[in-house]
Amino acid sequence: MTDSAGVPLLRVENLIRSFGGIKATDNLSLDVLPGELHAIIGPNGAGKTTLISQLTGQLMPNSGAIHFAGRDVTAVPAYQRSRLGLARSFQITSLLRDFTAIDNVAIAAQAHDGHSFRFWGAARKEKHLRDAAQAALTRVGLGQRANVLVSELSHGEQRELELAVALATKPQLLLLDEPMAGLGVTESARMVALLKELRKEVTIVLVEHDMEAVFALADRITVLVYGRVIASGDPDAIRNNEEVKRAYLGDQHAVTRHG
Amino acid sequence: MKSSTINARNVVVALVALGLTLLPVYSALTGNIFILTLFTRIIIFALAAASLNLIMGYGGMMSFGHAAYLGIGGYAVGILAFEGIGSGFIQWPVALAASALYALVIGALSLRTRGVYFIMITLAFAQMAYYVTSGLSRYGGDDGLTIYKRSTFGGLIDLSNRTQFYYLCLACLFGGIYLIWRIVNSRFGMVVQGVRSNEQRMQAIGYHANRYRLVCFVISGTICGLAGALLANNTDFVSPAGMYWTRSGELMVMVVFGGMGSLFGPVIGTIVFLLLEELLSQFTEYWALIMGPLLLLIVLFARGGIMGVLGRLSRD
Repeated sequence: MTDSAGVPLLRVENLIRSFGGIKATDNLSLDVLPGELHAIIGPNGAGKTTLISQLTGQLMPNSGAIHFAGRDVTAVPAYQRSRLGLARSFQITSLLRDFTAIDNVAIAAQAHDGHSFRFWGAARKEKHLRDAAQAALTRVGLGQRANVLVSELSHGEQRELELAVALATKPQLLLLDEPMAGLGVTESARMVALLKELRKEVTIVLVEHDMEAVFALADRITVLVYGRVIASGDPDAIRNNEEVKRAYLGDQHAVTRHG
Repeated sequence: MKSSTINARNVVVALVALGLTLLPVYSALTGNIFILTLFTRIIIFALAAASLNLIMGYGGMMSFGHAAYLGIGGYAVGILAFEGIGSGFIQWPVALAASALYALVIGALSLRTRGVYFIMITLAFAQMAYYVTSGLSRYGGDDGLTIYKRSTFGGLIDLSNRTQFYYLCLACLFGGIYLIWRIVNSRFGMVVQGVRSNEQRMQAIGYHANRYRLVCFVISGTICGLAGALLANNTDFVSPAGMYWTRSGELMVMVVFGGMGSLFGPVIGTIVFLLLEELLSQFTEYWALIMGPLLLLIVLFARGGIMGVLGRLSRD
């Protein structure tokens, strides 16, 4: 798939991961080019989150390789991948609930700003961390909510905060695991608008069930079924792919509606 | 929280700090020596509880073996005194270093586990320390080791003087709390608390969670080792009994009483716990029968302990 367009930022080769007898990732290969928004779709149980977890290093594959920014990161632990510029958001919101919104983002910024074995100075008074955090919050539309505890933010706001946290790590590649999950219509529209802005600056891998959003945003779409890639191409090609239509029988309407 | 500095919680903290500072004056005026010795003990345990609070309250590490550090710090002083090395300038650094080393080894092993397993493994290691010291026949074994001469500091301070010793303990407590305050609000402290809140999230944004946990564990153990050195000087005696798991449990109760994750909470908790123990044991030897239900009530109805309740009062 690599052509003259350039070296892929992320290259997944023959990845296999099984749980018991079930292959959640079945000989999966995938390229993500710099600057593109690459969507990964598939029915429930297709292994999308399993794939994301292997990309971020939370889960180790049984075999296969993952290359990121020209480096083999297959065996690199999660925290180091984050340092290399790989950030993720979680399908089920995963934040520091007893911290404020700005603390959540500042801690993420801190992880990528020197080391954290500093025991004396007050972290909340480090202006550049707070400024970076505030900027990321403003970016996702939470500028006014900086000092609110995460547990008191609405679900939609928490989804946005997930994004701000990921952005604060200054990623080269953003892995978004269903950022629209549980969002209402207006919130989803806001998220799509936000992602449209973000994709100009950062390469994004988007796992999403909301087909409307996927087809509105993606440069390229990869379709997974039972851990295997059944199709990969631009939105038009995917929309007209017979095998995809079959896999999405129930959702066929959603796939074909936009065009 | 920033809105008003004058609230129930801060007033109580200020009054307690002032009371502790002026206590020797009261003792001298009234000739009540008992209260001075009682509070010396309270202050030492408050330091131990504060160190436990650092990992339990802020770090989310439920160590059930914290009494081991009291013992290790104490035995370092006791053994060196027994071997003729009386200088605190040697005894105390050894006490701290031994506690830190023990924490490093125990932490590196225990922190592979979480939850109940962590509680159990820290408990098991502390019990091992208990049995090891019981076997030190040269140093009294089961019966413990009497310290005939308190640590000397080249004439700078006389630990046999009740008032001087009291103020030394108090300085260690205030110093320890100040240190913990700085740590909690530092970059390091933010990471430790973040890991308590959501380890997976912290890994995902680039932190190697266990490294921070381990360092926090060692700092806590070292501070508690200092409390151990103080305690040995206070009682002129160290014994394996001081490392028994019930002692670790008492430290946990002190922290929970006062309020986990509250800076001054362990001090309040220790004062309440040890005063209650003192009072109740005058009436009945079954004082634990009253203490137990009391703890239950606090856990059930006063989340965040005494400091939590005061904090809620402040907000209204």
